[in-house]
Amino acid sequence: MIDYETLRLIWWVLIGALLIGFAIMDGFDMGVGMLIPFVGDNDTQRRIAINAIAPHWDGNQVWLICAGGALFAAWPLVYATAFSGFYIAMVLLLVALYLRPVAFDYRSKIEHPLWRHSWDWLLALGSLLPPLICGIAFGNLLQGVPFHFSEWMRPIYSGSFFELLNPFALICAVISALMILTQGASYLMMKTQDEVASRARLAAIICALLTAIFFTLAGLWVAYGLDGFIISGPINPSAPSNPQLKSVVTEAGAWLNNYSLHPWMVFAPITGILGCIGCWMMARAARPVGAFICSSTKIAGIILTAGFSMFPFVMPSITNPDSSLTLWNASSSQKTLMIMLIAAAILLPLILFYTSWTHKKMFGRVTKEHIEQNPHSLY
Amino acid sequence: MLSEHLVDLSRLQFAAVALFHFLFVPLTLGMSFMLVIMESIYVLTNKPIYKDMTQFWGKLFGINFAMGVATGLTMEFEFGMNWAYYSHYAGSVFGAPLAIEGMMAFFLESTFVGMFFFGWDRMSKRAHLACTWLTAIGTNLSALWILVGNAWMQNPVGSEFNWQTMRMEVTSFSEVILNPVAQVKFLHTVAACYCVGALFVLGVSSYYLLRKRDLAFAKRSFAIAATFGMVSVISVIMLGDESGYTLGDVQQTKLAAIEAEWHTEPAPAAFTLAALPDQQAMTDNYAIRIPYLLGIIATRSLDKQVTGLTELMQEHEQRIRSGIAAYALLKKLRAGDDSMQTLTEFNRIKDDLGYGLLLKKYTAEVTDASESQIKAAARDTIPRVAPIFWSFRIMVGCGIAMFIIFALAFYVTLKRKIGQHSWLLKTCLLAMPLPWIAAECGWFVAEYGRQPWSISGVLPTIFSASSLSPGDLWFSLITIPLVYSLLFMVEIYLMCRFARRGPSSMHTGRYHFEQTA
Repeated sequence: MIDYETLRLIWWVLIGALLIGFAIMDGFDMGVGMLIPFVGDNDTQRRIAINAIAPHWDGNQVWLICAGGALFAAWPLVYATAFSGFYIAMVLLLVALYLRPVAFDYRSKIEHPLWRHSWDWLLALGSLLPPLICGIAFGNLLQGVPFHFSEWMRPIYSGSFFELLNPFALICAVISALMILTQGASYLMMKTQDEVASRARLAAIICALLTAIFFTLAGLWVAYGLDGFIISGPINPSAPSNPQLKSVVTEAGAWLNNYSLHPWMVFAPITGILGCIGCWMMARAARPVGAFICSSTKIAGIILTAGFSMFPFVMPSITNPDSSLTLWNASSSQKTLMIMLIAAAILLPLILFYTSWTHKKMFGRVTKEHIEQNPHSLY
Repeated sequence: MLSEHLVDLSRLQFAAVALFHFLFVPLTLGMSFMLVIMESIYVLTNKPIYKDMTQFWGKLFGINFAMGVATGLTMEFEFGMNWAYYSHYAGSVFGAPLAIEGMMAFFLESTFVGMFFFGWDRMSKRAHLACTWLTAIGTNLSALWILVGNAWMQNPVGSEFNWQTMRMEVTSFSEVILNPVAQVKFLHTVAACYCVGALFVLGVSSYYLLRKRDLAFAKRSFAIAATFGMVSVISVIMLGDESGYTLGDVQQTKLAAIEAEWHTEPAPAAFTLAALPDQQAMTDNYAIRIPYLLGIIATRSLDKQVTGLTELMQEHEQRIRSGIAAYALLKKLRAGDDSMQTLTEFNRIKDDLGYGLLLKKYTAEVTDASESQIKAAARDTIPRVAPIFWSFRIMVGCGIAMFIIFALAFYVTLKRKIGQHSWLLKTCLLAMPLPWIAAECGWFVAEYGRQPWSISGVLPTIFSASSLSPGDLWFSLITIPLVYSLLFMVEIYLMCRFARRGPSSMHTGRYHFEQTA
């Protein structure tokens, strides 16, 4: 059996990997979803865009389900505190997520223009809200969330929904949406032709550049305008999970401490920025595969930056910093982490294998002819 | 003290979300295997009609699948959103099957369902069939893991309370997986889902037969549905009986409530066929009883007793008293007194801690509970009998009706007389809602019958909820069911539209409307 401290660290990495997997995979179909009203002038063009993601969106969405499940099993306290604390935001997220499967499947079932038009916009809305809400959540995590625990370790949230919508969180939401838009646009460049592809290229160029700008702005804000959290006093990474047994202080700019402690971590923000620039250059040079790879890299860089800055915090508390959740004190038991590690070690490679197989089978661009010849069997 | 009103709102919301979700899931599960059968026949015989069948029924499957996916997401998030304390208390055990479900089952199902719909021209027939198989296996595995999770809530084995982290933790994961409740429940539930799929195809095929159109297509669909339904309904009934037996072992209160058995009868107990249970007086009015039957179902013997609700309540009262002591010891431990004596004493009675928590409904400090509060808490351990009693009987009634229908349909299939008895076709068409009613009633019995516990004997429901405001709850309670209902109406509209058009909706040029038009 692996020791508790290492297991906890491994699960921090794995949950990060699941979130990055979610943003890269579901990101491209959400990005396409947002772009549909804009890349397609007519129904055929919109169907080209939709069918470019049709075989994959459902599988992609499972990254989110898995991240949710892993959070529940690996960090039950984080799952409980975050999901009940961000309650209204979660309901909105769910409603957005209802729209997508239904819009995909129902849109093309009836030919009436009003029917199709409505579903296109609902699909765009359903694809825009999740990245926005995830961005807002991250923005609030970085500022600390107003919660504490009762004597029975019941998480109690003392903020309101509108407090979540503060300026810093909104910047994070914008970054999140832009980064997903870039991802969708570069995927569309790969999978389509003609007008759809050229509009997607334009979107990729603009969004990649804007992502870089806003990401840098947010970085400066974190460095000069935000209080970070520090654990004062010793921590025992193998102690039973109990967030009440430590003390935490806040300090301006403390989220940058990790980068001076572990200089190698700087690769994350650099990858984020370079990925954006790379995607911008590749899109300009009309090299879709390169743009998609750079865009995916930038997603990993940006999410890792947030994770590294907060390490070992996962959900800091602003009202009672001592209640802050870290990867050391909010995890499941050692046994559960071990069982799940074994399951993940067997299943994740298998998932990656068959997911790549399906992409290989669906290789190639979705053409206008193909769409026009199959008015009833595709989306 | 906890607000009972808020907890009731959360319960209402969870019930609505779960019952909605279970309108779509059984059809997905059942249809996925029907598609496997149809496509396997296509690959074996190479007759295009079976490919058309797979694609047409697949279209209806897809319309339903979309709603299954949409409503499934809520189920997963709901635990953290509305039942935060449960999530903390149980996450270390319950989270694992849920996470494994995602990795093992959802990924498989969702990845290959895309190939099912869009891969027809992209791969060989056999490879496509493999995708269909993997989709079906994925949906079934997903049911397996979620039922392992649910069974743990019904019968929390393989785990114990850890006072340092204030939650349940796994002691043996194999016990959690091999939970006897999970095994029979899984088989009973999936077999019920197969009935939903089979009766759906049977009913819609009967409609075409009644209209005398697309006969070759409809007869083949009818035959497959009748055969598959026959096997499924027999399994449902046999496994339903098996779960009765398991229930007698692990959830005596639920069994007694299902039977409205207020007092322990001398063995072997009689089975109450129908009655008007009176919760106040704790008796059944106008009861019709069949001697011996309950004893045989629940204990597989003639000499073992089935404990009645009154006796169970007395047992629970003892456990509540012991729970108060466990609670006091836990407070000592948490305050820093972890001496050997306190620990040993606590470990001896910690399984009763949950019973002590039942008092939280009446008093903030469990150790101060008065005698009348203890009595009230003991009374709470008995669920309301009449709703459970009756939904169980509705479920069984629907099951028997389905058995008769499938048996008749299977008989005419064997006799090669499909479509010759219009009364049978009409019955099949009208019977389409039956399996859904049965399935929803079955869940109601399972979940409502577990009250007042969210984890049987371990964590009271009232203690499991999140600390939310009434505004939060009303917002979600209105928003989610409203959106569900709107989408559901769209689904029903599309289902009816495509079912009525039948195979001609695929525009192959081979079917009814295209040939007459």
